[in-house]
Amino acid sequence: MPKDTGPKDHGIGASVTRREDIRFLTGKGRYTADINLRGQSYAYFLRSDVAHGVINAIDTSAATAMPGVLAIMTGADFAAMGGNPAGWLIQSRGGEAMKEPKRPVLAHGKVRHVGDAYAIVVAETLEQAKDAAAAIEADITELPAIVDMAAAVANKDHRVHDEIGDNVCFDWGWIEDNRAAVDAAFKSAPHVTTLELVNNRLVPNAMEPRASIADYDAGTQDYKLYTTSQNPHLSRLLIAAFVMGIPENKLTVIAPDVGGGFGSKIYHYGEEAAVLAASKALNRPVKWVAERTESFLSDAHGRDHVTKIQLALTKDGTFLALRTETLANVGAYLSNFSTATPTFLHGTLMSGPYKTPLVYVNVKAVFTNTAPVDAYRGAGRPEATYSIERIVDMAADELGLDPLEIRRKNLLTPDQFPYQSPVGLMYDIGNYQATLDKMVQLGDVAGFDARAAESKAKGKLRGIGYSTWIEACGIAPSNLVGVLGARVGLFDAATVRVNATGSISVMTGAHSHGQGHETVFAQIVADRLGIPEGSVDIVHGDTSKIPFGMGSYGSRSLSVAGSAMIKAVDKIIAKGKKIAAHMLEAAEGDIVFEGGKFSVTGTDKAKTFGEIAFSAYVPHNYPLETLEPGLEETAFYDPANFTYPAGAYACEVEVDPGTGRVEVMSFTCADDFGNVMNPMIVDGQVHGGVGQGIGQALLENTSYDENGQLLSGSYMDYAMPRAQDVPFYTVDHSCITPCTHNPLGVKGCGEAGAIGSPPAVVNAVINALHRGGYDHVKHIDMPVSPSRVWSAMQA
Amino acid sequence: MYDFELVKPGTIGDAVAAMARGDAQALSGGQTLLPTMKQRLASPAVLVSLTGIAEMQGVCIGDGGLHIGGATPHAVVAREAARHYPALAALASGIGDPAVRNRGTIGGSVANNDPAACYPSAVLASGAVVVTNLRRIAADDYFKGMFTTALKDGEIITEVQFPIPARAAYVKFDQPASRFALTAVFVAKYATGVRVAVTGASNGGVFRWSEAEAALSANFSATAIAGLTVNPAGMIADLHGTAAYRANLVKVLTGRAVTAAA
Repeated sequence: MPKDTGPKDHGIGASVTRREDIRFLTGKGRYTADINLRGQSYAYFLRSDVAHGVINAIDTSAATAMPGVLAIMTGADFAAMGGNPAGWLIQSRGGEAMKEPKRPVLAHGKVRHVGDAYAIVVAETLEQAKDAAAAIEADITELPAIVDMAAAVANKDHRVHDEIGDNVCFDWGWIEDNRAAVDAAFKSAPHVTTLELVNNRLVPNAMEPRASIADYDAGTQDYKLYTTSQNPHLSRLLIAAFVMGIPENKLTVIAPDVGGGFGSKIYHYGEEAAVLAASKALNRPVKWVAERTESFLSDAHGRDHVTKIQLALTKDGTFLALRTETLANVGAYLSNFSTATPTFLHGTLMSGPYKTPLVYVNVKAVFTNTAPVDAYRGAGRPEATYSIERIVDMAADELGLDPLEIRRKNLLTPDQFPYQSPVGLMYDIGNYQATLDKMVQLGDVAGFDARAAESKAKGKLRGIGYSTWIEACGIAPSNLVGVLGARVGLFDAATVRVNATGSISVMTGAHSHGQGHETVFAQIVADRLGIPEGSVDIVHGDTSKIPFGMGSYGSRSLSVAGSAMIKAVDKIIAKGKKIAAHMLEAAEGDIVFEGGKFSVTGTDKAKTFGEIAFSAYVPHNYPLETLEPGLEETAFYDPANFTYPAGAYACEVEVDPGTGRVEVMSFTCADDFGNVMNPMIVDGQVHGGVGQGIGQALLENTSYDENGQLLSGSYMDYAMPRAQDVPFYTVDHSCITPCTHNPLGVKGCGEAGAIGSPPAVVNAVINALHRGGYDHVKHIDMPVSPSRVWSAMQA
Repeated sequence: MYDFELVKPGTIGDAVAAMARGDAQALSGGQTLLPTMKQRLASPAVLVSLTGIAEMQGVCIGDGGLHIGGATPHAVVAREAARHYPALAALASGIGDPAVRNRGTIGGSVANNDPAACYPSAVLASGAVVVTNLRRIAADDYFKGMFTTALKDGEIITEVQFPIPARAAYVKFDQPASRFALTAVFVAKYATGVRVAVTGASNGGVFRWSEAEAALSANFSATAIAGLTVNPAGMIADLHGTAAYRANLVKVLTGRAVTAAA
């Protein structure tokens, strides 16, 4: 039994402070906008100010003649290039393939949303580029904007893409074969609860706007792209193979420090191809940095589902069946993951952590004249969780059951794992009762009534709301996602390079844009090798340095890329054992590696890791006949399954009955993330995720008017959560069921907070209103703004 | 942002002269003007900075009550008015964020007359006098509707004079994104009666709620307005609240302001 020496100060499980924060907090981060290349020029994109229109002509002659202008290219100049593809092929219920209109580099023929770029202007200065853009004369005939999804489906005359008559990308049933059984269960059910809800559209709002610098080398014909990406290898693949038709080995994509992504920087955007083409045409570097308005108008947005959900139950609250019909907005074009998000990241989660035996999900993806919608922190799983957790509360209310008890009654129990869900996933392990009990304890649910009385004395209505959630992350097993329509593999890779002096560079396919990989990955590698963390450097974000990678999203960095790293480290150890066996004149099978030393079992003969590394590069006493010199290993890892983090959240709110304002008083999270590598960083991930969830639940309101103009297009109208909008969180991740199929037993924590929190907030608001006597309020759509709460109370 | 010439006069006279140049625009704290220029939505040829004019700076007691120089930043008012007119100081301390409060000025705010700005409600509820390089304008004659005032082209607010009330309070309900007033109410009780000014609520900009003033002048208590209703007609309806919601806020916040002041 190890001696208890208090919290660890290094290695796996220690709250090591984030090494990268020193450069971020002292202004030494190097973001794309910080990079300036010799001779660079500046790009500005001319964007549509109407939501929908036919481009009749674009006259660039006056603009071209303006001072400093180097090049102007329009959609016509890119018409021969390929489209930016959707990464996931979805089949409709009848088996037909989804509609997949071309997404051009720049709009050509039609503009399809406000902010749709249709020309790039490159000049010596940004001001000159802007001046010239203002002088471009575009003859665009405005068409009626298609904004509302129900209207888009109903009105066959108004088409975002002329070839798609009903604006429907696909009509997906999951699982179609189960539909009849689900419907039958509803027909005979003793009780059916029905809820129609909106999962509000969100603007991602990464702190760093998108930016790209293209640098074409006419001598070697190599392209280099510095860009704000969560996965530079995927961007390279899409740009090279799909859009521009250049060999992958002639394009290097570098994502340096990136200031947040939340999904929006997973995707390849047309601006990247446009600056690459301009750089080649001009034989000069071309730099573009988005302004905040461009971020609002052209970053891929998140969520935007309109859902009808029904739950069939017995009178005592046992779930019998669940079904949903969802309209999912994909915006004007298919962004790279846009078709996977409302389907395989959403429909497959619709049984949640519950035993619901029968589930059927229908999703229609709808084109509209709005910015493309794609994965945003949680990606489909927040939508699923919100729908489920809201209807569970509503069903409990209708049946007069306690919201905790209806959850307890229906949660899967530990003996049911591995569990084959009715919507296609195999949950490997979990203990949902444990996290629920922990949440009840930490959130002092027993003391709620006393707190409610205190609130009442202040004239406030207090409520408590819960959410018991599950997600599938660590995406993903390539063979499984391939069957489900993915057009890429979702493995990851790492190279561990041990230098002659024992220092280590780890090249990982994960990309850190705020997560703290440089700290955590070093902890893990150092722990495994028994060496100081300071000896380990993490290299990410450069396709010329890293073997391959599928990037960071879907809470996959640790469980997938981290596993590749562990595999590569284990190869290093295995090779080290061979070297040590030779040096120590022992059989390889007798060498044990522990605490940074290779020793002969049962003896005091040993070589340190550093001695072995040195020997690998100075192989004077080395088994050269059977072993290559050097100490560098690469591993690829493809997971056997998704991971299934889960947890239980409790939120307490106070509602001001005079104004309808909701204040979050406390938020308690009891999560099971499997093994935890760095508790401090996990706390931070949960804090950030819950903050975003509270933002979605109470504040963030992406609103287009009927003409397709974005009303909430700046921080004057788009409310992001601030410090005063969130409470001090209570976060726990001590309920651990280690993932059964990856070497670290980890599950992922990056999205949990954003997935689990919105329904807890809304449930708390409804609970507060009911306790305050406003029983007629059954539901309020997010964001649950003061005006909406007050209006609901009046009805 | 387009190119412009920056003039930084040291006296009101020089500022007035500079304003007479073609396409000149007064620049005070710039918290509205500069973002507008950055978006190329405004392009004055000449910016006349008012912040270097000593006689337009500071807070003092004078014949008209509390006199605040037109170019005095909100943070200074928050600090220096606290002893004399706490409700006004509290209002100033709640505008924007620290950066806005240290750059933005009372003159800039009152000249711009944003329908959701804080200061116009204090000026109107206090029956303040807006002093310019040309004249003295009573608050009741000054505000002419959303972004519209009695100021003539080139006229500069040099000072605002606030009669100090016996009791007062400002209660603001933040618009969650901008932190401007979704609706806010300034209540001030003078020997001559109670004045109630509302900002953020009306399409017509800041206004006085005269029914409430009459009721509160008779009985300065939240119960005095319990029977009143506010007509939603003409109220702002936007992403953040309906007209009916704002009408409700007018009444709720007035009651709270009275309670806070009483």
